[in-house]
Amino acid sequence: MSNCKLYEIQGEGFGIIFYAEPTADTATGLLRGLGGTGLNLSLTKSHCNFGTKWYNYNLMGYTITEKILRAHSKAKSIKPGDFINARVDFCLGNDITAPIAIDQFEKTGAKKVFDRSRIALIPDHFTPAKDMRSANQAKMLYEFSKKHGIEHYYEVGRMGIEHALLPELGLVLPGNLVIGADSHTCTYGALGCFSSGVGSTDLAAAFITGECWFKVPESIKFVYHGKLKKWVSGKDLILYTIGDIGVDGALYKAMEFSGSAIKNLSMDDRFSICNMAIEAGAKCGIIEPDQTTVRYVKAAIRKNKPKRKSFKLYRSDKNARYAAIKEYDASKIEPQVSLPHLPSNTSPVNKVKNVHIDQVVIGSCTNGRISDLEIAARVLKGKKVRHGVRLIVIPATQAVYLEAVKQGLAKIFVEAGAVFSTPSCGPCLGGHLGILAEGERCIATTNRNFAGRMGHPKSEVYLASPAVAAASALRGRISHPKEVV
Amino acid sequence: MKYKGNAHKFGDNINTDDIIPARYLNTKEPAELGRHCMEGVLQNFAKKVNKGDIIVAGRNFGCGSSREHAPIAIQAAGISCIIAESFARIFYRNAINTGLPIIACEDAAKGIKNNNKVEVDTTNGIIRNVSGRKQYKSEKYPPFLQKIIKKGGLLNAIKR
Repeated sequence: MSNCKLYEIQGEGFGIIFYAEPTADTATGLLRGLGGTGLNLSLTKSHCNFGTKWYNYNLMGYTITEKILRAHSKAKSIKPGDFINARVDFCLGNDITAPIAIDQFEKTGAKKVFDRSRIALIPDHFTPAKDMRSANQAKMLYEFSKKHGIEHYYEVGRMGIEHALLPELGLVLPGNLVIGADSHTCTYGALGCFSSGVGSTDLAAAFITGECWFKVPESIKFVYHGKLKKWVSGKDLILYTIGDIGVDGALYKAMEFSGSAIKNLSMDDRFSICNMAIEAGAKCGIIEPDQTTVRYVKAAIRKNKPKRKSFKLYRSDKNARYAAIKEYDASKIEPQVSLPHLPSNTSPVNKVKNVHIDQVVIGSCTNGRISDLEIAARVLKGKKVRHGVRLIVIPATQAVYLEAVKQGLAKIFVEAGAVFSTPSCGPCLGGHLGILAEGERCIATTNRNFAGRMGHPKSEVYLASPAVAAASALRGRISHPKEVV
Repeated sequence: MKYKGNAHKFGDNINTDDIIPARYLNTKEPAELGRHCMEGVLQNFAKKVNKGDIIVAGRNFGCGSSREHAPIAIQAAGISCIIAESFARIFYRNAINTGLPIIACEDAAKGIKNNNKVEVDTTNGIIRNVSGRKQYKSEKYPPFLQKIIKKGGLLNAIKR
C-alpha cells in the first residue's frame, strides 16, 4: 500500500478517501451531494509518513455575503481579499449622483443600457426641485430615462426616498446583488441581499456592462441577545454599535447582524440598522432572511407586481469565517443619542442633560418609514411641540405619506404644531426643507451628524430614534420618551 | 507616476461634507466644485493650493457620502495626490475609478508635517518627505486595481 496514492477530503467531522486524484470540481460536486451548499474548498497538499500524497480539501464555510458575491461572479470559490467582477441584479442613482453617471455614460459613446428594467433613477435629494440648478439635475434623470426607456424612473408625486422606495416596491429582493450611487444603498441588506454604495463612475460602468468590481470583504458578526427595553429600537442598536466600534470600526467589511433581538425586530427596524452600516465604514450590512423578511417581500411583490419575482434565501454556514464576532446584551441597551460631530459619539439619552434644541427632524432613509411615524405619533398625540422648536416630519415615500394620512398620524403631527412634508431627503444632507442657522441645534432621526451637515458650519446635529426625537420636540431639550408618555 | 508638491495636512475622519458640502451639489462642474474644496473644514483652502500640492490626512479619509463630487473637487482644486493613514471605502473606489492617485501609508501620513515638500512615486509606492529628509514605502496596488489605474480609470478599463 505504500506506493498507493491516497487522496482525502476532510470536512467538519468527516473525510473521504479517493484512490484517484479528484479534481477540485469532482470534490466540490461530491461534497455538495453530501448536503453542503456553497462550500468553500481550499486545496492544500501534505505528505503522510509513507510518502503517499494527501490532498486535504479543507471545508470552510461561507458567510451570507460571500455566498451572494460568489453566486454573482464567475469564480468557483472566493475568499476575503479576492477581487471579482460581479453581476448586478439592480442598480440606482439619484439627482445628485446620477447626473455624473449619465455624463460618464454618454462620454464613453455607449448606445444603450445593459437592461432597462434593472435600473432605477430617483430624484429624491433636492426635490421637489429646491432651485434652478437642482431642477436641471433632476431633469437629466427624466431625459435619460425617456431616451433609454428606463422602467424605474420615479417622478415627484410618485417618488420616495430611494432606500425606502425600492424595498417597498419589491424591486430589491433577498439574494440580490444591488449597487447604488448613494452610500446608504447598504439599507437593503436587511432583506438578505448584498447591497453596497458606490460612486457615479461605478454606476455608469454598471449601466453599460451590468457588472461591478468588488474586493470580497471580511465579515464581522454582531450578535444581539435578549429582549429590548421599552422605547429601544433598531436605530438605538446601530447607534450603540457604531459607538462601540467607531466610524471606521468595520472599514471595508461586511457587518452581519444576528441574534434573538434582531429576529424579533420588524423590517422597518432592520432597515434602520443596515442603513447605518456605512457609518461604521462597512461595505454592507446584512441580516439573514427569515419569516419576517419573506412576509415583507411577498407582500411587496403581491402589491406592486415587479417583473422579477423570484428570490433566494441565503444563510451563513455554521463554519463560516469571521474577522470578529461581537456579542451584545441588547436588554441592557438604552435609547441612544449621537452627539456632534460623529455618529460614533454616542451616549444613553438619559446622560444627555440640558441640551436645548431649535429643530427636530423625523424622516430620512434611516427612519422615515410608517412604524417610525407611528412611534413618533404615539409620543406626540394630544400634545404640543414646545414653543420655539420646529418639528419637521418627512414620510419617506408616497405610500408612507398616504398611510400616515389614513391612520390619522398626519393629523396628530399637524395638531402638535409640526410640518408634515412631501417625501424628500431634504434637510438630512443640508439640502432644503429645514436648513439650520448659525449656532442652531437639531435632533434628527437621520444618519450623519458631521459638522455643517444640516446647514451652517456652526450648527449641530444630534442623531436619535423617532421616539427620542418626538419626546425632545415636546420638551425643547433632548429627552427620554418616558419623560413625556 | 510621480508627483511633487507641498503637503496640506488634515486630521482623522475627513468626511465628504468637509470635502464638498452638500449645498454645492446642485452642480457637477469641476471648476466650481474645486473652488469650494475642503470648505467644510477649512475656508479658502482652494486659494491656498498650488497646482500639484498633496493632501496628507489621518484615518478614514473621505468617509460619508458616495458623492464623486469629492474626488472631482479635490482634483479641480489642483491637488495631485492624497496620502492618508486609511481611506473610506467608497472614496477609495471613486478615486481609483476616476484616476485620482491615493496612497494609504500610516507612517508617511503621521510623519509628514504641514507645508513639507513631498515627492510621491505611485508606481513604486515611494513617498519622500524632502523637507523632513525621510522616505516611506507603501504597499503596491493589487494587480486588479493596477489594471484600472493603468487604463486611466474604470470606464477606459471596461471598454471592450
